[in-house]
Amino acid sequence: MIPKCYLFIPFLPLVSFVFNMLFGKRVLKDKAHLVPIVAVSGSLFFSFVVLIYVLFGNLVNEDLYTWVKSGDFKVSIGFLIDELTAVMLIVVSTVSLLVHVYSIGYMHGDERYSRFFAYLSLFTFSMLMLVMSNNFLQLYFGWEAVGLSSYFLIGFWYEKKSASDAAKKAFIVNRFGDFGFGLGVILLFITFGTLHYVPIFSDVELIKGQVFSFLGMDMDVATLIALLLFCGAVGKSAQLPLHTWLPDAMEGPTPVSALIHAATMVTAGVFLVARANPIFSLSPTALTVVALTGGITAIFAATIALVQNDIKRIIAYSTISQLGYMFVACGVGAYASGIFHLYTHAFFKALLFLCAGSVMHAMSGETNIQKMGGLKEHMPYTYWTMLIASLSIAGVPGFAGFFSKDDILWRAFASGTFTGKFVWFLCTVGAMLTAFYTFRIIFLTFHGTFRGTKEEKKHLHESPQNMTMPLVVLAGGSVLAGYVGIPVILGGNEWFSEFLSPVVGYAEGHGGHLAEFIVMLLSVIVAGFGIYGAYYIYLKRIDIANSAKETFKPIYNILYGKYYVDELYEYMVQRTILRFTKYVIEKVIDSWIIEGIVNGVPAAIGWLSMKVRRVQTGVVGHYSLAMALGFFVLTIMIVFKIWN
Amino acid sequence: MKLSYPVLTSLIIFPLIGAILIFFSNKTKEFIIKLLALVITIITFLLCLPVYFCFDKKHVGMQFVEKVDWIKDWNISYHVGVDGISVLMVILAALISVLCVIVSWHSIKHRVKEYYINLLLTEGLMIGVFCALDVVLFYFLWEAMLIPMFLIIGVWGGPRRIYSAIKFFLYTLVGSLLMLVGIVVLYREGSTFNLIDLMNLKLSYGTQLLLFWAFFAAFAVKVPMIIVHTWLPDAHTEAPTAGSVFLAAILIKMGAYGFLRFSLSLFPDATIAMAPVMLVLSIIAIVYGGLICLVQTDIKRLIAYSSVSHMGFVTLGIFSLNTYGIEGGILQMINHGVITGGLFLCIGIVYERTHSRIISDYGGLANVMPVYAAFFLIFTLASIGLPGTNGFIGEFLSILGGFKASTFAGVIAATGIIIGAVYMLWLYQRVFFMGKNEKISALVDINATEIVTLLPLIIIVLWIGFFPNSFLSFMDATVNDLVDKLQKRVGSNGFDSLKGTTEIFAYIKSLV
Repeated sequence: MIPKCYLFIPFLPLVSFVFNMLFGKRVLKDKAHLVPIVAVSGSLFFSFVVLIYVLFGNLVNEDLYTWVKSGDFKVSIGFLIDELTAVMLIVVSTVSLLVHVYSIGYMHGDERYSRFFAYLSLFTFSMLMLVMSNNFLQLYFGWEAVGLSSYFLIGFWYEKKSASDAAKKAFIVNRFGDFGFGLGVILLFITFGTLHYVPIFSDVELIKGQVFSFLGMDMDVATLIALLLFCGAVGKSAQLPLHTWLPDAMEGPTPVSALIHAATMVTAGVFLVARANPIFSLSPTALTVVALTGGITAIFAATIALVQNDIKRIIAYSTISQLGYMFVACGVGAYASGIFHLYTHAFFKALLFLCAGSVMHAMSGETNIQKMGGLKEHMPYTYWTMLIASLSIAGVPGFAGFFSKDDILWRAFASGTFTGKFVWFLCTVGAMLTAFYTFRIIFLTFHGTFRGTKEEKKHLHESPQNMTMPLVVLAGGSVLAGYVGIPVILGGNEWFSEFLSPVVGYAEGHGGHLAEFIVMLLSVIVAGFGIYGAYYIYLKRIDIANSAKETFKPIYNILYGKYYVDELYEYMVQRTILRFTKYVIEKVIDSWIIEGIVNGVPAAIGWLSMKVRRVQTGVVGHYSLAMALGFFVLTIMIVFKIWN
Repeated sequence: MKLSYPVLTSLIIFPLIGAILIFFSNKTKEFIIKLLALVITIITFLLCLPVYFCFDKKHVGMQFVEKVDWIKDWNISYHVGVDGISVLMVILAALISVLCVIVSWHSIKHRVKEYYINLLLTEGLMIGVFCALDVVLFYFLWEAMLIPMFLIIGVWGGPRRIYSAIKFFLYTLVGSLLMLVGIVVLYREGSTFNLIDLMNLKLSYGTQLLLFWAFFAAFAVKVPMIIVHTWLPDAHTEAPTAGSVFLAAILIKMGAYGFLRFSLSLFPDATIAMAPVMLVLSIIAIVYGGLICLVQTDIKRLIAYSSVSHMGFVTLGIFSLNTYGIEGGILQMINHGVITGGLFLCIGIVYERTHSRIISDYGGLANVMPVYAAFFLIFTLASIGLPGTNGFIGEFLSILGGFKASTFAGVIAATGIIIGAVYMLWLYQRVFFMGKNEKISALVDINATEIVTLLPLIIIVLWIGFFPNSFLSFMDATVNDLVDKLQKRVGSNGFDSLKGTTEIFAYIKSLV
C-alpha cells in the first residue's frame, strides 16, 4: 500500500490553479509563478515517493468517492498507481516543473502572466488525473480536461485570429477522436458492466470471440472496442487523419508547445493504448490498424518536416512522426517499448521546443530558420543543449533516443508479421529523415552566417538563467534517460521493459542476436547518413538545396503544402457542410417546408373557411333548399339502412 | 419525512399571492414592486429547501401529497405531490424565478407592475404543473401558464414580439387541445382524474396508442420536438431576457416532464411500441438542431436552436426506456435549464449594454469584459458537455441509454457532441476572441448584481459535474420503479407499430 499522500500529486496543481485564478492578477502580479511552482514541485516530490513505493512492489487501486451512479452504472473517482502510472507521473511532473521554471523568463512581462501559470497548473492537474485514473470515465475526464487546457493555452494570445482559430481547431479535431473514444467507453460498459480497469482487464478473456452488431455490421467486440478507443488516441496524439491540429497548435507560447504538444498531452493516446493493452492484444486486426497508422504517420509527417521553414512547425511534425513510432511499438505488441520511447521522447522533444523558444526569444519572435544562422556564438547553452537533443532524436548511439527508437525498430522487425516488417521499413526510412530534418534545423540556425537584419543581429543574446537551467537539466535527461533500458545485446538487461511487464506484459516475437545487431547497425547508418546529408546540403553546398527545390518542384510543393490535407478538410467543411446547412436545411427545410406545413395548415383552414362562408348567404330560400336536401338524403339512408 | 404544513401548496400559492399584492400596489412605486417580487421569489425558493432536505430518496411514489376535493361531482380534486421525476424541477423553477426577477431589475422599464404580476403568475403556475397529480388540475395549470407567458413575450419582447407571441400561443394551444381530448377519453376509460389511480388502469393497446399520440401533440410542441419546433427560435429570440430564461429553463421542460409522467406511466405499451419513432425524432433533433446553429448570425437564435438539439438528448434518454437513459434525460432537463438559462442571462446582460444580438457586432469581448467572459465560458463548456460540468453527465447517460436501446441512435446522438463543440466554440471565438470590435470597446464588465445572478447557476454546473449523485439519487428510486414496470411490459407483449393502427380504428369505431 502507498500512503494517501499520492492524493497531493494531482490536487496540489488544482489548488494552485484555483488560487491563481482568484488572486493571481490582483495580489501576486509578477510573482504569480510562485504558487504553481511550489505546487508542481510538490507533485514531483510525491511522484518520486510513489515511484519508490512502486519499485518495492506496492500498488494502489483506491476509490475516492462515487462519481456517477445511475442504476447499475457506477463509476468512482479513483486512483490506480502501478508501474505504468509511476513512469507517467515522473515524466509529467518533471517536464511540467521544468516548463514552469522556464516560463518565468519566457513569459516575463506578459499582461496575462498569472493566467498563464494558472492554465499550466490546470493542465498539470488534468494530465495527472488522466494518468492516475482507475477507470475509463475518469480517464475521459482527464482526456477532455487536458484538451481544454490545451485550448486555453493555444489560444493564449487570443487577440490574434490565427491563435484563436488554432485553439478552436485543436478542440474540434480532438472532438472527432473523442466521438469514437466516448462510444468505446459506452461499449466497454455495455460489454463488461463496469468501467474500472481492474475488473475489466481480469474479465477480458470472456469477450474473446463475442460479436456485436454495430450499425448493421457484425463485429468482434474486442476489435470494435479497441478501434473506437484508438479513434480517441488518433485525435489526441495527432495521427493521420486527425493530425492537422498539432502544427497549428504552435500558435501557443513555446513552453506550452514543449509541455503539452510534445512531452505529455499528445502522448496520452499512446498511454491509452498501453493502458488498454489487454483489450488491444485480443484483436490482431486492431493491432494491425494501430501499427499501420503509426508507421504511415511516422513517415508522412517526417517528409513534411523536411521542407518546412518554421522552426516550431518542423518540431511539431517531428512530434507527430515520433508519436507514430510509439504507436508502431504498441501495434506490434511491444507496449513497453512504446512507453520507453514516450519517456525518452519527453525529454529530448521538450528540450527541442524549449531551445526553439530560446532561439525565438533571441530573434524577437522570428520563427523562420531561413532568416537565422550562426547563432552558435551568441547562445552557447542553447546551441549545445539543442545539439544534444538533436543527437538524441536522430538516434545516435549513447543518447536516450537511440535506445528507445532502436527498441521499437527491433520489436517491429522481430514481431514476425508482414505488417511488422513493413512498418519496420517505414520507420527505418523515417529514422533517416528524422536525422536529416533535425540537423537541417541545427545547421541553418546555429551554423553558417546570420541571414537576418542588422537590427536583429544586435539584439541576439543568450536567454536568462531561469530559461537555460531547464535546458541543461533536460539535456541531462536526453542523454541519461535511455540507460534504464539498455538492450541485452549491448550488455544490458532491458530493465525498463522488465519493470513495466506486470502491466503490459512482454512483446511477442523473437530473433537472433545477429539480426538484432544488424537492425541496430542499420538504424545507426541511416541516422549518420541523414546527418551527413543535412551537413552536406545546408552547410557545404548550399546551392544544392535551392537547385533541388527547383528540380523537384512538384514534390516540393506537395510537401511544403503538407499534402494539402488542411485544404481538403476546409473544402469539405466550408463548401459541403456549411453550404448544405445554410441553403438546404435552414433555407429550404426549416423556413420553407416545416414552416410551410405548420403555417400552411392554418392557412388552408382559413382558405376553406372563406369558401365555406359563402354558404351562409342569409337568403332563406337557400337554407330551406339545403334543409330539404339533407332531409332527402337522411330519408334515403334510413330507408336503405345504410346507417348500420 | 413528513412536513407538518402543506409545503407544495405554499410553493404554488405564494407567488400567486405575491401577484395579487402587486396588483393592489401603487404602480408608480416601482422600487417597492420590484422589491416585493424579489422577496416573494426568494421566500418561495427558501420554502423549497424543506422539500430538498426532507425528500425521502428511498421512497417510491409521491411525497408531500395533499388532496382536497375541488369539483366533487366530477371526481376532480386539488391533488399535488412530487416524486423523483418532478422534485428537482420544482426547485429549479423556484431558483430560476429569483434570477429572473434580478435580471429584469433594470431592463424592464415600462409597465413594471404588470410585468412582475406576470412573472410571479408564471412562477406559481409552473411550479403547479410539476406538482399536479390531478389530470384536470394539470391541464388547467398547463393552459393557464400560457397567458402570462404570452403577455411577457408580446408586451415586453423585441421588435417582432407580436408575431412570436401569437405563434407561440397558437402552437402550444393546438397541441394542448388534443391533450384535452385525450383527457376526456382517459376519464371515459377510468372514471377518474386522479393520476395515481390512472397509472394502475389497464388500457387496451389501441386506446393507449390513440392517447399516446393525443398527449404527444401537446408535449412534442412544448419540448419542442422536430417539425413543431419553429415557434421556439422566434419566441426565445423576441422574449425579454427573463422570458427567454423561463422558456428555456422551465417551460420547455414541461413537455419532457409530460412524457415521463403520462406517456411512460399511463401508456406503457404504446410507449414501448412508439419508442423507435421517438428515438428517430430525437436523433434528428440533435443533429438537425446542431447543424442549424452553425449558420445562425443572431446569438439568441443560435442558443434557441441549440435548445432543440439539447432537448433531443432529453427525449433520447427518456425513450431509451432504461435507467441510464431516463435518469440522464431528467438530469439533462435540469442541466439544460441551468446552462441555457445561464446563457440567456449572459446574453441579456450584454444586450442591455449594446442592444445588439448580432454576432458580428461583437469580437474581442474577453479583453473588455474578462469576468463576464469567464462566466460565459463556463456555460459554453457545460453546453458542449465537457467532463466536470453538468452537461457531460447528462449527455453521457442519455447517449449510454440511447446506445443500449439502439446502437444506431447512440452513434448518431454522439455526433451531436462534435457539432455542439463546433457551433459553441465558434460562437465564443467570434464574440470574445480576436481583435476588438469598435462597437463594444467601451463596455464595462459585469457588476456585483449580475455576478450574483450567474453565480448560483455556475455553482450548480460544477456541483452536478463533480457530484452528480447528489441529484441522481433523488430520481433513482422513482426511475427504477418506472423502468421495472416498463420492462415487464416488454417481456409480455411484442407490439409493433403497424399492428396498432388497426386497433386504433377498432377503438374509434367503438367510440362512434
